[in-house]
Amino acid sequence: MREEFVRTAEEVLADPRSVLVLADISAAAFDPAAARYPDRVVNVGIREQLMVGVAGGLALTGQRPIVHSYAPFLVERAYEQIKLDLGHQGVGAVLVGIGASYDRAASGRTHLGPADVALIDTLDGWTVHVPGHADEVRPLLRAAVCGSGSAYLRLSTRSNATAYPEADGLRVVRDAGPGAPLLVAVGPALDAALDAVADRPVTVAYTHRPRPFDTTGLRALAGSEVILVEPYLAGTSTRVVSEALADRPHRLLALGVGRADLRRYGGPEDHDRWHGLDAAGLRRSIDAFLGPTV
Amino acid sequence: MTTTTATELAALLDRVRAGREFGPNVYSTLDVLQVLYDRVLRVTPATVDDPDRDRFLLSKGHAVAGYYALLAARGFVPVEWLDDQGGPASRLGDHPDRTLVPGVEIGSGSLGHGLGLGVGTALGLRAQGRTNPRVYVLLGDAELDEGSNHEAVAYAGATGLANLTAIVVDNHSATHGWPGGAASRFTVNGWSAATVDGRDHDALHRALTGHDHHRPHVVVAVVDGGE
Repeated sequence: MREEFVRTAEEVLADPRSVLVLADISAAAFDPAAARYPDRVVNVGIREQLMVGVAGGLALTGQRPIVHSYAPFLVERAYEQIKLDLGHQGVGAVLVGIGASYDRAASGRTHLGPADVALIDTLDGWTVHVPGHADEVRPLLRAAVCGSGSAYLRLSTRSNATAYPEADGLRVVRDAGPGAPLLVAVGPALDAALDAVADRPVTVAYTHRPRPFDTTGLRALAGSEVILVEPYLAGTSTRVVSEALADRPHRLLALGVGRADLRRYGGPEDHDRWHGLDAAGLRRSIDAFLGPTV
Repeated sequence: MTTTTATELAALLDRVRAGREFGPNVYSTLDVLQVLYDRVLRVTPATVDDPDRDRFLLSKGHAVAGYYALLAARGFVPVEWLDDQGGPASRLGDHPDRTLVPGVEIGSGSLGHGLGLGVGTALGLRAQGRTNPRVYVLLGDAELDEGSNHEAVAYAGATGLANLTAIVVDNHSATHGWPGGAASRFTVNGWSAATVDGRDHDALHRALTGHDHHRPHVVVAVVDGGE
């Protein structure tokens, strides 16, 4: 997805309104773009507060900033700049994070970003895109840059086998018929979720835009049992689902990355397993929630 | 150029004060604000949305009483707005909000945000080929404690961001001080600098117009007392 981001960002830089703001991460990949647009590829060095502050200032002059780093450095380290230098100034930017929850698992806690979407969700008016396949990145980034509000693109090295470019709203991938439990999978969590319910009558819907969440689609598809599978902090979308279904008796299972610092390395697949987000782990949680198959 | 008289300003400040006591920080910033708005900034109420206007970013957002008084004196906001400053229906908070007050370039209050926004503004103007407007950011010496400023100082100096001026009102309020002077934090990073008496209007004017168009410029306005 990072390669697709680099390619697409170079494309959108053809628009003189666009400016890419970096803090060393991925800077080498943008060397050709920097040579072509020296005033609109800005690398501030390892200075994330400045990176977001600069984006705010650029937006105040009418430019459209694209801001990029690892998720924890982009969203967590510079959170107050995101809140004040963008939101409070009444201007927008497109933030593009890499690393996701644990793409760089062997790097340890400092490079893990499972709370990024939850943090962005404390702010007003943001769109969050979580592509599940590299082919979903280009249209999402182009649309975000063409807009004027603030958007966060959460890129990952994890991927589903199939791309679904049209999945801003809930897109039914597997229909188990009326009354079946609904599973909503976000971004790269889809394939493991599909595996987990392969032998159960569960409707599976996919989205790569958890904010704003497609509550209309949710109300149309949901029966009395809803399962959320998110590739970031567990429960991040519990609030929006509960509010959307507040007038209906329903049960909700929210699966995602746990809060604990596991202090373990390995690869992303290991962390999937430890957080119960591999197909077997999801199946265990879903079986416990729905009860035995009959 | 019309100037704001001390008497006029004092009367406007009294309307903001409404019987409250101002801290010394209000008075320490007043002179530099007066020189900026009377003699330096190329912005008027008619040009607050002109892309070629000069930008003044008040980073130390608590220095707001004199700022509002100056904005009223120069016609950016109605003088009547001063009377209920901070009230439930007022657009003038104890920290300024750019979306509520004409002529205010940034919302500030949390220290250490103005200089980064100023660097971005200067970069945006440069990317648009606007070589005429200049970006002025006013900070306090205690505000320099915030590390975000030093990210901006180092970057602006290293890249020779020539359309940026920082103004540090130095009333010796930084808890651990700046041995060697606040200006040295900038000059070591390649800025030009002038340290002047923050009450001397002519000296302030010379310093505020003393940039050389090749690198960013800092004016340290030394004022005794205040925060």
